[in-house]
Amino acid sequence: MLSISSYLALKEVWRNRGRFLLVSLVIALITLLVLFIAALGEGLGNGNREYISKLDAELVVFQAKSDFLIQASRLGRNRLLSVRRVDGVDNAGMLGTTNANLIVPADNSSLKVALLGVEPGRPGEPPVEEGQQLGTSQAKEAIIDRNTALRSKLAIGDMLTLRVTQGTDDEFYKLRVVGITGGQQYALQPSVFVPFNTWDTVRPKSEAEIGVSSDPVANVILVKLTDPSQVEQVRSLLTRQVEKVDAATIDEVIQALPGYSAQQSTLNTQGGFTLFIGILVIGGFFQIQILQKVPQIGVLKAIGTSNPIVATAAVIQIVVVTVIGVAVGGLLTFLLSLFFPPTIPIVFNGTSAAVAIIALVLIGPLGGLVSIRYAVKIEPLKALGLSS
Amino acid sequence: MTAYALETQSVIKTYNSDSGIIKAVDDVSLQIAAGEFVALVGPSGSGKTTMLSILAALLQPSSGQILLDGQDLATMSDVARVALRREKIGFTFQANNLVPYLTAVENVELMLRLNKKLDRAGRMRARELLARLGLGERLNNLPGQMSGGQQQRVAIARALIHSPSLVLADEPTASLDTERAYQVVETFAGLIHEQNRAGIMVTHDLRMCEYVDRVLQMQDGKLVKIYTDRKDILKLAKGGRHS
Repeated sequence: MLSISSYLALKEVWRNRGRFLLVSLVIALITLLVLFIAALGEGLGNGNREYISKLDAELVVFQAKSDFLIQASRLGRNRLLSVRRVDGVDNAGMLGTTNANLIVPADNSSLKVALLGVEPGRPGEPPVEEGQQLGTSQAKEAIIDRNTALRSKLAIGDMLTLRVTQGTDDEFYKLRVVGITGGQQYALQPSVFVPFNTWDTVRPKSEAEIGVSSDPVANVILVKLTDPSQVEQVRSLLTRQVEKVDAATIDEVIQALPGYSAQQSTLNTQGGFTLFIGILVIGGFFQIQILQKVPQIGVLKAIGTSNPIVATAAVIQIVVVTVIGVAVGGLLTFLLSLFFPPTIPIVFNGTSAAVAIIALVLIGPLGGLVSIRYAVKIEPLKALGLSS
Repeated sequence: MTAYALETQSVIKTYNSDSGIIKAVDDVSLQIAAGEFVALVGPSGSGKTTMLSILAALLQPSSGQILLDGQDLATMSDVARVALRREKIGFTFQANNLVPYLTAVENVELMLRLNKKLDRAGRMRARELLARLGLGERLNNLPGQMSGGQQQRVAIARALIHSPSLVLADEPTASLDTERAYQVVETFAGLIHEQNRAGIMVTHDLRMCEYVDRVLQMQDGKLVKIYTDRKDILKLAKGGRHS
């Protein structure tokens, strides 16, 4: 049955290749759109969560009632010491976050970066791919992420300049680049990692803070556990033993990132609607085609072609046209992606692309279901005009 | 009883309409022997197309018996009827006869493919049959690249290639000019006789009866007259068309 069905299906596709190619191209464009929406979702999500998701830590400790918002949380060194004393905590490090402008050496333009203060050797300091880790908490050193390196053209050993507003004046700080880490974007910005005390010196301050000596205050404390499977137990201990703190898992922190959930659900909805439109377009095309082929299907049935053969031929045709369209669309997407600058947050993640491609391949038969049912219902007598 | 390729007994087909029950076919009994070519004639509404549809296993009769090679079409399941159409019946229709995306030879071979009998000998036979029908140069032409007469001849080849017991033709000359119509029916009759098939042709055009062995005339669903004498048939053929 499969051989006669595929024979009929493929002969028709080949002999009407112009018409079928047009449909494949429409599917290719839908594929392009879906893959780009998926890649944009991945890119935006990645830009938001990349640093957090790669942390070598299982729990993040926040100031109580800060709703797991990193910027809203303030934790001093005394809390850090308390956290380190809790059973099950292997290591803990402070993380301070703020924004700064990096002066690009080539043209003196300003690049907005996330300035992250981390403790050398503690959770939060990203592993370098080139160069070395940070030296001490006071060192005038920085690790930059791959994105910062690409956009600023800074290399190991170069001096980077940060422009930061202190009170009402712009201050410039020079730090030596000692290491380059992989992609570690934070809040959709390329990142610069500096030792925690250096960060406290460099970070933007209000006029009231300037000149006032106080212990550095971090946003959150990153906690690495002795046994990662004991997350819930250690979380419970932390909230009980450390005063006025909440603890969140990495996933909870990601979901609480400002705008993250709304952004992802918006893009997922767009992707879903695009797939839905794809189903309607493919369904419409094959329905029109079946309507045009009623006499032809009538002849086939009259000469003894069974319904399963007619239905299978229709399915094969739909699958072939859809697969060609998705393949062309995937290729187009790949070629186009080569020309996108790193500033556009597009990331082709294998899993999300595979899910999108499987969904696209399935929309063909799904869209064609009505037409297949119609083809099976065609009465040869009526189709051939023999009914009285 | 099984000496005939096709035999019907008291076939009746009724339809319900607003004005009551209509008998489209009313108690028709006939027999066709292998190698016999028969014309089924009658005015519009006489029931000949309904009768052809019943004989083609496309329509179930309300009652009666239709035996094709001893098998009763009236009691068969839908699946068995599809298989019977594929294996034992050959068709040509008025129009839209061919699969438009298959070439002439592919259309003919299609019957062998459907019956899983397409081999080297079958391919050769399809080409030879088309060549005999004057289409040796048109083997690889699509239906859209052929005239109506050429398409009808391809349909005749397709109707005969799988050696069916019964060959049915519904108004095979309807879209042809007179000269082409005579050619097509003459060829059709010749092949039916030569291959020893039972053939039935439904036609409005009585002139085409010149090539048949018997003429069955229907009116108001009934088989009203059977012409068996050659002189009578030729006289009828000279009479022209039914209204």
